[in-house]
Amino acid sequence: MNFWLELLIKVGLALAIMLPVALVVIFGELKISAHMQSRVGPYFAGGRWGWAQPLADGLKFMQKEDLVPADADDRVYKLAPYIVLMGTLALYVVIPIGPDAVARDLDLGVFYVLAVSSLSTLGVLMAGWSSANKYSLIGGLRAAAQLIAYELPLVLAVIAVAVQAGSLSLNDIVNAQASFHLFGVESILGRDVTWISSLISPFMILQIVGLVIFLVASLAELSRIPFDMPIAESELTMGYLTEYSGLRFTMFFLGEYAGLVSMAAIAATLFMGGYSFPGVSEDVLNFLGPVILLSKVMFIAFVFIWLRWTFPRLREDQLQTIAWKWLIPAGLINIVATAIFKVAF
Amino acid sequence: MRDLLYLYSLRTGPHRPTRCYSEGFDRVLDQYFGDYITVLVFMAVGALIVGGGLLVSSLLRPNKPNKTKSEVYECGINPVGGGWSQTHIRYYIFALLFLIFDVEAIFIFPWAINVERFSGREFGMGGFILVEMIIFIAILILGLVYAIRKGVLRWD
Repeated sequence: MNFWLELLIKVGLALAIMLPVALVVIFGELKISAHMQSRVGPYFAGGRWGWAQPLADGLKFMQKEDLVPADADDRVYKLAPYIVLMGTLALYVVIPIGPDAVARDLDLGVFYVLAVSSLSTLGVLMAGWSSANKYSLIGGLRAAAQLIAYELPLVLAVIAVAVQAGSLSLNDIVNAQASFHLFGVESILGRDVTWISSLISPFMILQIVGLVIFLVASLAELSRIPFDMPIAESELTMGYLTEYSGLRFTMFFLGEYAGLVSMAAIAATLFMGGYSFPGVSEDVLNFLGPVILLSKVMFIAFVFIWLRWTFPRLREDQLQTIAWKWLIPAGLINIVATAIFKVAF
Repeated sequence: MRDLLYLYSLRTGPHRPTRCYSEGFDRVLDQYFGDYITVLVFMAVGALIVGGGLLVSSLLRPNKPNKTKSEVYECGINPVGGGWSQTHIRYYIFALLFLIFDVEAIFIFPWAINVERFSGREFGMGGFILVEMIIFIAILILGLVYAIRKGVLRWD
Protein backbone atom coordinates (compact mmCIF):
# COMPACT_ATOMS: atom_id res chain seq x y z
CA MET A 1 0.00 0.00 0.00
CA ASN A 2 1.05 3.54 -0.65
CA PHE A 3 2.88 5.08 2.29
CA TRP A 4 0.80 8.26 2.37
CA LEU A 5 -2.49 6.44 1.97
CA GLU A 6 -1.61 4.17 4.87
CA LEU A 7 -0.64 7.17 6.99
CA LEU A 8 -3.93 8.88 6.15
CA ILE A 9 -5.90 5.82 7.25
CA LYS A 10 -3.96 5.66 10.49
CA VAL A 11 -4.56 9.31 11.34
CA GLY A 12 -8.24 8.90 10.49
CA LEU A 13 -8.52 5.86 12.71
CA ALA A 14 -6.73 7.58 15.59
CA LEU A 15 -9.16 10.50 15.36
CA ALA A 16 -12.16 8.20 14.97
CA ILE A 17 -11.16 6.46 18.20
CA MET A 18 -9.89 9.43 20.18
CA LEU A 19 -12.76 11.92 19.76
CA PRO A 20 -15.69 9.58 20.59
CA VAL A 21 -13.81 8.03 23.52
CA ALA A 22 -13.00 11.50 24.88
CA LEU A 23 -16.69 12.44 24.54
CA VAL A 24 -17.73 9.25 26.32
CA VAL A 25 -15.31 10.03 29.17
CA ILE A 26 -16.67 13.59 29.43
CA PHE A 27 -20.21 12.23 29.57
CA GLY A 28 -19.10 9.57 32.05
CA GLU A 29 -17.54 12.22 34.24
CA LEU A 30 -20.80 14.20 34.27
CA LYS A 31 -22.92 11.15 35.06
CA ILE A 32 -20.62 9.40 37.53
CA SER A 33 -19.97 12.64 39.41
CA ALA A 34 -23.71 13.23 39.59
CA HIS A 35 -24.50 9.77 40.90
CA MET A 36 -21.70 9.95 43.47
CA GLN A 37 -23.39 13.07 44.82
CA SER A 38 -26.92 11.64 44.67
CA ARG A 39 -27.89 13.78 41.69
CA VAL A 40 -29.20 12.71 38.30
CA GLY A 41 -26.85 14.75 36.14
CA PRO A 42 -27.58 15.67 32.51
CA TYR A 43 -31.04 14.42 31.69
CA PHE A 44 -32.67 16.21 28.77
CA ALA A 45 -30.23 16.72 25.89
CA GLY A 46 -30.70 13.98 23.30
CA GLY A 47 -33.47 12.18 25.10
CA ARG A 48 -32.48 9.11 27.09
CA TRP A 49 -30.01 9.81 29.96
CA GLY A 50 -29.03 13.08 28.34
CA TRP A 51 -26.42 11.30 26.24
CA ALA A 52 -25.96 14.25 23.88
CA GLN A 53 -24.84 16.67 26.61
CA PRO A 54 -21.12 16.83 25.58
CA LEU A 55 -22.14 17.44 21.94
CA ALA A 56 -24.59 20.14 22.99
CA ASP A 57 -21.87 21.79 25.06
CA GLY A 58 -19.54 21.75 22.06
CA LEU A 59 -22.17 23.33 19.83
CA LYS A 60 -22.86 25.99 22.44
CA PHE A 61 -19.15 26.87 22.78
CA MET A 62 -18.89 27.16 19.02
CA GLN A 63 -21.39 30.02 18.98
CA LYS A 64 -19.66 31.99 21.75
CA GLU A 65 -17.72 35.15 21.02
CA ASP A 66 -13.96 34.77 20.81
CA LEU A 67 -12.42 37.19 23.33
CA VAL A 68 -8.75 38.10 23.52
CA PRO A 69 -7.80 40.48 26.35
CA ALA A 70 -6.33 43.76 25.10
CA ASP A 71 -3.28 43.41 27.36
CA ALA A 72 -2.58 39.79 26.42
CA ASP A 73 0.46 38.60 24.52
CA ASP A 74 -1.58 37.99 21.40
CA ARG A 75 0.46 35.42 19.51
CA VAL A 76 1.37 33.23 22.48
CA TYR A 77 -2.23 33.41 23.70
CA LYS A 78 -3.53 32.11 20.38
CA LEU A 79 -0.80 29.49 19.94
CA ALA A 80 -1.35 27.81 23.32
CA PRO A 81 -4.39 25.61 22.41
CA TYR A 82 -2.57 24.42 19.28
CA ILE A 83 0.39 23.22 21.35
CA VAL A 84 -1.88 21.42 23.82
CA LEU A 85 -3.76 19.46 21.15
CA MET A 86 -0.61 18.75 19.09
CA GLY A 87 1.08 17.23 22.11
CA THR A 88 -1.97 15.17 22.97
CA LEU A 89 -2.51 13.80 19.48
CA ALA A 90 1.17 12.94 19.07
CA LEU A 91 0.78 10.48 21.98
CA TYR A 92 -1.56 8.35 19.87
CA VAL A 93 1.25 7.46 17.46
CA VAL A 94 2.70 4.77 19.71
CA ILE A 95 -0.32 3.26 21.48
CA PRO A 96 -0.88 -0.26 20.08
CA ILE A 97 -4.50 -1.40 19.84
CA GLY A 98 -3.76 -4.85 18.42
CA PRO A 99 -0.81 -7.13 17.58
CA ASP A 100 -0.34 -5.40 14.21
CA ALA A 101 -2.38 -2.28 14.79
CA VAL A 102 -0.20 0.64 15.79
CA ALA A 103 0.37 3.91 13.95
CA ARG A 104 4.12 3.54 14.30
CA ASP A 105 6.04 1.20 16.58
CA LEU A 106 8.85 3.54 17.63
CA ASP A 107 11.92 1.92 19.16
CA LEU A 108 12.01 4.64 21.79
CA GLY A 109 8.26 4.25 22.46
CA VAL A 110 7.95 5.03 26.17
CA PHE A 111 10.71 7.59 26.07
CA TYR A 112 8.84 9.37 23.28
CA VAL A 113 5.65 9.24 25.36
CA LEU A 114 7.38 10.95 28.30
CA ALA A 115 8.85 13.62 26.04
CA VAL A 116 5.65 14.39 24.15
CA SER A 117 3.38 14.38 27.20
CA SER A 118 5.32 17.36 28.57
CA LEU A 119 4.48 19.30 25.42
CA SER A 120 0.90 19.99 26.50
CA THR A 121 2.16 21.33 29.83
CA LEU A 122 4.16 23.82 27.79
CA GLY A 123 0.86 24.92 26.22
CA VAL A 124 -0.62 25.34 29.70
CA LEU A 125 2.37 27.45 30.78
CA MET A 126 2.03 29.59 27.62
CA ALA A 127 -1.69 30.10 28.31
CA GLY A 128 -0.98 31.12 31.91
CA TRP A 129 1.77 33.55 31.00
CA SER A 130 0.22 35.21 27.96
CA SER A 131 -3.20 35.98 29.44
CA ALA A 132 -1.85 38.99 31.39
CA ASN A 133 -4.09 37.97 34.25
CA LYS A 134 -2.90 37.43 37.81
CA TYR A 135 -4.98 34.30 38.30
CA SER A 136 -3.67 32.87 35.03
CA LEU A 137 -0.08 33.67 35.94
CA ILE A 138 -0.29 31.93 39.31
CA GLY A 139 -2.11 29.00 37.72
CA GLY A 140 0.57 28.67 35.04
CA LEU A 141 3.38 28.80 37.61
CA ARG A 142 1.64 26.16 39.72
CA ALA A 143 1.29 23.97 36.62
CA ALA A 144 5.02 24.32 35.98
CA ALA A 145 5.87 23.38 39.58
CA GLN A 146 3.59 20.38 39.31
CA LEU A 147 5.14 19.18 36.07
CA ILE A 148 8.71 19.33 37.35
CA ALA A 149 7.74 17.54 40.54
CA TYR A 150 5.80 14.70 38.92
CA GLU A 151 7.75 14.16 35.71
CA LEU A 152 10.42 12.32 37.70
CA PRO A 153 8.18 9.72 39.41
CA LEU A 154 6.61 9.08 36.00
CA VAL A 155 10.04 8.48 34.43
CA LEU A 156 11.18 6.24 37.28
CA ALA A 157 8.02 4.12 37.15
CA VAL A 158 8.50 3.68 33.41
CA ILE A 159 12.17 2.69 33.81
CA ALA A 160 11.17 -0.18 36.10
CA VAL A 161 8.79 -1.42 33.39
CA ALA A 162 11.54 -1.09 30.80
CA VAL A 163 13.84 -3.20 32.99
CA GLN A 164 11.16 -5.84 33.35
CA ALA A 165 10.31 -5.93 29.64
CA GLY A 166 13.82 -5.31 28.28
CA SER A 167 12.57 -2.83 25.73
CA LEU A 168 11.15 0.65 25.35
CA SER A 169 8.82 -0.13 22.47
CA LEU A 170 5.20 -0.37 23.63
CA ASN A 171 4.55 -3.37 21.36
CA ASP A 172 7.47 -5.26 22.91
CA ILE A 173 6.28 -4.38 26.40
CA VAL A 174 2.84 -5.85 25.64
CA ASN A 175 4.46 -8.97 24.18
CA ALA A 176 6.69 -9.30 27.23
CA GLN A 177 3.60 -9.28 29.41
CA ALA A 178 1.74 -11.74 27.21
CA SER A 179 4.64 -14.24 27.17
CA PHE A 180 5.69 -13.82 30.78
CA HIS A 181 6.88 -16.92 32.65
CA LEU A 182 7.43 -16.65 36.37
CA PHE A 183 10.86 -18.07 37.22
CA GLY A 184 10.72 -19.97 33.92
CA VAL A 185 8.86 -22.80 35.66
CA GLU A 186 6.38 -24.60 33.42
CA SER A 187 5.38 -27.59 35.50
CA ILE A 188 5.36 -28.61 39.16
CA LEU A 189 5.03 -32.33 40.05
CA GLY A 190 4.13 -33.13 36.47
CA ARG A 191 1.30 -30.64 36.36
CA ASP A 192 1.12 -27.79 33.92
CA VAL A 193 1.35 -24.53 35.87
CA THR A 194 1.71 -22.06 33.01
CA TRP A 195 -1.76 -20.78 33.84
CA ILE A 196 -0.39 -19.31 37.08
CA SER A 197 2.18 -17.25 35.24
CA SER A 198 -0.34 -16.18 32.63
CA LEU A 199 -2.67 -15.12 35.44
CA ILE A 200 -0.07 -12.79 36.94
CA SER A 201 1.36 -11.88 33.55
CA PRO A 202 0.35 -8.20 33.52
CA PHE A 203 3.04 -6.08 35.15
CA MET A 204 0.45 -4.64 37.55
CA ILE A 205 1.13 -7.57 39.91
CA LEU A 206 4.92 -7.48 39.94
CA GLN A 207 5.11 -3.75 39.33
CA ILE A 208 2.34 -2.76 41.74
CA VAL A 209 4.57 -0.04 43.21
CA GLY A 210 5.29 1.24 39.72
CA LEU A 211 1.58 1.22 38.85
CA VAL A 212 0.65 3.27 41.90
CA ILE A 213 3.46 5.75 41.25
CA PHE A 214 2.49 6.00 37.58
CA LEU A 215 -1.20 6.60 38.31
CA VAL A 216 -0.54 9.22 40.99
CA ALA A 217 1.99 11.01 38.78
CA SER A 218 -0.24 10.95 35.70
CA LEU A 219 -3.11 12.31 37.80
CA ALA A 220 -0.81 15.19 38.71
CA GLU A 221 0.37 15.67 35.12
CA LEU A 222 -3.24 15.91 34.00
CA SER A 223 -3.84 18.33 36.91
CA ARG A 224 -6.99 16.55 38.01
CA ILE A 225 -8.34 16.60 41.56
CA PRO A 226 -6.62 16.05 44.06
CA PHE A 227 -3.84 17.73 42.06
CA ASP A 228 -5.87 20.51 40.45
CA MET A 229 -4.11 23.46 42.08
CA PRO A 230 -3.36 25.06 38.66
CA ILE A 231 -7.11 25.41 38.08
CA ALA A 232 -8.45 25.57 41.67
CA GLU A 233 -11.80 27.24 41.02
CA SER A 234 -12.26 28.40 44.60
CA GLU A 235 -8.99 30.37 44.75
CA LEU A 236 -7.88 31.09 41.17
CA THR A 237 -11.24 31.41 39.33
CA MET A 238 -10.14 29.00 36.59
CA GLY A 239 -6.35 29.32 36.77
CA TYR A 240 -4.65 29.46 33.39
CA LEU A 241 -8.02 29.13 31.62
CA THR A 242 -9.54 32.26 33.17
CA GLU A 243 -9.28 34.43 30.05
CA TYR A 244 -10.14 31.76 27.50
CA SER A 245 -13.63 31.66 26.08
CA GLY A 246 -15.60 29.98 23.35
CA LEU A 247 -13.86 27.48 21.12
CA ARG A 248 -10.36 28.10 22.46
CA PHE A 249 -11.58 27.03 25.89
CA THR A 250 -13.24 23.98 24.31
CA MET A 251 -9.94 22.99 22.76
CA PHE A 252 -8.21 23.04 26.16
CA PHE A 253 -11.13 21.06 27.55
CA LEU A 254 -10.94 18.50 24.75
CA GLY A 255 -7.16 18.31 25.09
CA GLU A 256 -7.53 17.61 28.80
CA TYR A 257 -9.88 14.67 28.27
CA ALA A 258 -8.03 13.33 25.23
CA GLY A 259 -4.91 13.51 27.40
CA LEU A 260 -6.71 11.58 30.14
CA VAL A 261 -7.66 8.88 27.64
CA SER A 262 -4.12 8.62 26.27
CA MET A 263 -2.55 8.50 29.74
CA ALA A 264 -5.02 5.79 30.73
CA ALA A 265 -4.20 3.89 27.52
CA ILE A 266 -0.47 4.12 28.26
CA ALA A 267 -0.97 2.97 31.85
CA ALA A 268 -3.08 0.07 30.55
CA THR A 269 -0.39 -0.82 28.01
CA LEU A 270 2.52 -0.61 30.43
CA PHE A 271 0.95 -2.29 33.44
CA MET A 272 -2.21 -4.14 32.46
CA GLY A 273 -1.16 -5.97 29.33
CA GLY A 274 -2.56 -3.45 26.82
CA TYR A 275 -4.55 -5.16 24.10
CA SER A 276 -3.64 -8.65 25.32
CA PHE A 277 -5.62 -10.76 27.72
CA PRO A 278 -4.50 -13.99 29.47
CA GLY A 279 -5.60 -17.03 27.47
CA VAL A 280 -6.68 -15.20 24.31
CA SER A 281 -4.71 -16.20 21.23
CA GLU A 282 -3.04 -13.74 18.88
CA ASP A 283 -5.42 -14.34 15.96
CA VAL A 284 -8.41 -13.41 18.08
CA LEU A 285 -6.57 -10.40 19.50
CA ASN A 286 -6.46 -8.80 16.06
CA PHE A 287 -10.22 -8.35 16.34
CA LEU A 288 -10.71 -8.19 20.11
CA GLY A 289 -7.57 -6.15 20.92
CA PRO A 290 -9.16 -2.69 20.63
CA VAL A 291 -12.14 -3.77 22.75
CA ILE A 292 -9.88 -5.20 25.47
CA LEU A 293 -7.71 -2.09 25.51
CA LEU A 294 -10.74 0.20 25.57
CA SER A 295 -12.30 -1.61 28.51
CA LYS A 296 -9.04 -1.25 30.45
CA VAL A 297 -8.88 2.45 29.52
CA MET A 298 -12.44 2.95 30.70
CA PHE A 299 -11.66 1.22 33.97
CA ILE A 300 -8.69 3.51 34.65
CA ALA A 301 -10.75 6.56 33.61
CA PHE A 302 -13.42 5.48 36.10
CA VAL A 303 -10.79 5.22 38.84
CA PHE A 304 -9.61 8.76 38.00
CA ILE A 305 -13.18 10.09 38.25
CA TRP A 306 -13.73 8.13 41.45
CA LEU A 307 -10.58 9.62 43.03
CA ARG A 308 -11.88 13.07 42.14
CA TRP A 309 -14.76 12.68 44.58
CA THR A 310 -12.71 10.88 47.21
CA PHE A 311 -9.82 13.24 47.99
CA PRO A 312 -9.80 16.96 48.74
CA ARG A 313 -7.40 19.26 46.89
CA LEU A 314 -3.83 19.17 48.23
CA ARG A 315 -1.75 22.19 49.25
CA GLU A 316 1.28 23.15 47.14
CA ASP A 317 3.77 22.08 49.81
CA GLN A 318 1.97 18.75 50.30
CA LEU A 319 2.22 18.20 46.55
CA GLN A 320 5.99 18.73 46.59
CA THR A 321 6.40 16.58 49.69
CA ILE A 322 4.55 13.65 48.14
CA ALA A 323 6.66 13.80 45.00
CA TRP A 324 10.12 14.35 46.47
CA LYS A 325 9.93 12.46 49.76
CA TRP A 326 7.73 9.51 48.82
CA LEU A 327 7.31 8.85 45.12
CA ILE A 328 10.88 9.48 43.92
CA PRO A 329 12.65 7.35 46.59
CA ALA A 330 10.00 4.64 46.10
CA GLY A 331 10.58 4.78 42.34
CA LEU A 332 14.35 4.45 42.70
CA ILE A 333 14.06 1.52 45.10
CA ASN A 334 11.52 -0.08 42.77
CA ILE A 335 14.03 0.05 39.91
CA VAL A 336 16.71 -1.65 42.01
CA ALA A 337 14.28 -4.30 43.24
CA THR A 338 13.09 -5.00 39.69
CA ALA A 339 16.67 -5.30 38.42
CA ILE A 340 17.63 -7.69 41.24
CA PHE A 341 14.57 -9.80 40.44
CA LYS A 342 15.46 -9.72 36.76
CA VAL A 343 19.10 -10.72 37.26
CA ALA A 344 18.44 -13.35 39.92
CA PHE A 345 15.81 -15.23 37.91
CA MET B 1 38.20 -9.38 25.84
CA ARG B 2 35.65 -11.49 24.00
CA ASP B 3 33.04 -10.30 26.45
CA LEU B 4 33.93 -6.70 25.79
CA LEU B 5 33.72 -7.24 22.05
CA TYR B 6 30.30 -8.79 22.51
CA LEU B 7 29.27 -5.82 24.60
CA TYR B 8 30.49 -3.51 21.87
CA SER B 9 28.65 -5.30 19.12
CA LEU B 10 25.29 -5.44 20.88
CA ARG B 11 22.44 -3.93 18.96
CA THR B 12 20.75 -1.06 20.72
CA GLY B 13 17.22 -2.30 20.11
CA PRO B 14 15.52 -5.56 19.28
CA HIS B 15 15.65 -6.37 15.59
CA ARG B 16 12.41 -5.72 13.82
CA PRO B 17 11.99 -6.43 10.12
CA THR B 18 10.65 -3.53 8.11
CA ARG B 19 7.82 -4.13 5.71
CA CYS B 20 8.68 -4.04 2.03
CA TYR B 21 6.95 -2.05 -0.66
CA SER B 22 7.16 -2.64 -4.36
CA GLU B 23 7.99 0.94 -5.16
CA GLY B 24 11.53 1.92 -4.24
CA PHE B 25 10.84 5.49 -3.25
CA ASP B 26 8.08 4.62 -0.82
CA ARG B 27 10.26 2.00 0.81
CA VAL B 28 13.10 4.44 1.35
CA LEU B 29 10.65 7.01 2.65
CA ASP B 30 9.16 4.50 5.06
CA GLN B 31 12.46 3.11 6.28
CA TYR B 32 14.33 6.31 6.90
CA PHE B 33 11.76 9.00 7.52
CA GLY B 34 8.61 7.00 8.34
CA ASP B 35 8.84 7.61 12.08
CA TYR B 36 9.44 11.34 11.74
CA ILE B 37 6.76 11.84 9.10
CA THR B 38 4.17 9.92 11.11
CA VAL B 39 4.81 11.96 14.25
CA LEU B 40 4.77 15.25 12.33
CA VAL B 41 1.55 14.36 10.50
CA PHE B 42 -0.16 13.46 13.79
CA MET B 43 0.93 16.78 15.28
CA ALA B 44 -0.23 18.64 12.18
CA VAL B 45 -3.65 17.00 12.45
CA GLY B 46 -3.80 18.11 16.10
CA ALA B 47 -3.19 21.68 14.97
CA LEU B 48 -5.71 21.21 12.15
CA ILE B 49 -8.45 20.31 14.64
CA VAL B 50 -7.94 23.62 16.46
CA GLY B 51 -7.60 25.63 13.25
CA GLY B 52 -10.59 24.00 11.57
CA GLY B 53 -12.72 24.35 14.68
CA LEU B 54 -11.91 28.06 14.94
CA LEU B 55 -12.69 28.50 11.25
CA VAL B 56 -16.13 26.88 11.57
CA SER B 57 -16.78 28.79 14.76
CA SER B 58 -15.88 32.11 13.08
CA LEU B 59 -18.83 31.58 10.72
CA LEU B 60 -21.24 31.05 13.59
CA ARG B 61 -20.12 33.30 16.42
CA PRO B 62 -20.95 36.98 16.93
CA ASN B 63 -18.12 39.53 17.04
CA LYS B 64 -18.97 42.71 18.91
CA PRO B 65 -15.85 43.81 20.78
CA ASN B 66 -15.91 46.66 23.27
CA LYS B 67 -13.55 48.06 25.87
CA THR B 68 -15.02 46.32 28.89
CA LYS B 69 -15.01 42.93 27.22
CA SER B 70 -11.33 43.09 26.36
CA GLU B 71 -10.26 43.83 29.93
CA VAL B 72 -8.78 40.97 31.94
CA TYR B 73 -10.99 39.44 34.60
CA GLU B 74 -10.33 40.34 38.19
CA CYS B 75 -13.36 39.74 40.41
CA GLY B 76 -15.59 42.12 38.48
CA ILE B 77 -14.18 45.58 39.22
CA ASN B 78 -11.41 47.22 37.15
CA PRO B 79 -8.10 45.34 37.40
CA VAL B 80 -5.41 46.83 39.63
CA GLY B 81 -1.91 47.07 38.16
CA GLY B 82 -0.55 45.00 35.30
CA GLY B 83 -1.14 41.32 34.70
CA TRP B 84 2.49 40.31 34.97
CA SER B 85 2.93 41.31 38.58
CA GLN B 86 5.86 40.13 40.67
CA THR B 87 5.45 36.64 42.03
CA HIS B 88 7.54 34.80 44.53
CA ILE B 89 8.62 31.55 42.88
CA ARG B 90 9.27 29.46 45.95
CA TYR B 91 10.23 26.31 44.15
CA TYR B 92 13.16 27.36 41.97
CA ILE B 93 15.39 25.01 43.96
CA PHE B 94 12.97 22.19 43.10
CA ALA B 95 13.52 23.13 39.47
CA LEU B 96 17.29 22.86 39.88
CA LEU B 97 16.94 19.49 41.60
CA PHE B 98 14.62 18.37 38.83
CA LEU B 99 17.22 19.20 36.18
CA ILE B 100 19.88 17.13 37.96
CA PHE B 101 17.61 14.16 38.56
CA ASP B 102 16.11 14.18 35.09
CA VAL B 103 19.51 14.10 33.41
CA GLU B 104 20.51 11.19 35.64
CA ALA B 105 17.26 9.37 34.89
CA ILE B 106 18.24 9.50 31.22
CA PHE B 107 21.45 7.63 32.12
CA ILE B 108 19.36 4.82 33.59
CA PHE B 109 17.38 4.23 30.36
CA PRO B 110 20.14 2.57 28.26
CA TRP B 111 21.04 0.41 31.24
CA ALA B 112 17.40 -0.54 31.81
CA ILE B 113 16.78 -2.14 28.43
CA ASN B 114 20.06 -4.06 28.54
CA VAL B 115 19.76 -5.67 31.97
CA GLU B 116 17.98 -8.65 30.47
CA ARG B 117 20.75 -9.42 27.98
CA PHE B 118 23.41 -9.64 30.66
CA SER B 119 21.43 -11.60 33.20
CA GLY B 120 20.99 -14.87 31.27
CA ARG B 121 23.17 -17.94 31.18
CA GLU B 122 24.96 -16.94 28.00
CA PHE B 123 26.56 -13.86 29.43
CA GLY B 124 27.01 -13.84 33.19
CA MET B 125 27.74 -10.22 33.87
CA GLY B 126 24.42 -9.59 35.56
CA GLY B 127 25.84 -9.13 39.03
CA PHE B 128 28.47 -6.68 37.87
CA ILE B 129 25.96 -4.58 35.91
CA LEU B 130 23.56 -4.67 38.84
CA VAL B 131 26.10 -3.55 41.43
CA GLU B 132 27.16 -0.69 39.20
CA MET B 133 23.62 0.62 38.91
CA ILE B 134 22.96 0.12 42.63
CA ILE B 135 25.96 2.34 43.38
CA PHE B 136 24.67 4.95 40.92
CA ILE B 137 21.18 4.94 42.42
CA ALA B 138 22.60 4.97 45.97
CA ILE B 139 24.47 8.17 45.11
CA LEU B 140 21.22 9.62 43.74
CA ILE B 141 19.33 8.75 46.92
CA LEU B 142 22.19 10.17 48.99
CA GLY B 143 21.83 13.44 47.08
CA LEU B 144 18.11 13.49 47.76
CA VAL B 145 18.65 12.77 51.46
CA TYR B 146 21.21 15.59 51.57
CA ALA B 147 18.72 17.98 49.97
CA ILE B 148 16.02 16.97 52.46
CA ARG B 149 18.33 17.30 55.48
CA LYS B 150 19.58 20.64 54.19
CA GLY B 151 15.97 21.82 54.28
CA VAL B 152 15.66 22.93 50.65
CA LEU B 153 12.51 20.88 50.19
CA ARG B 154 10.79 22.65 53.07
CA TRP B 155 8.18 25.24 52.19
CA ASP B 156 8.78 28.40 54.17
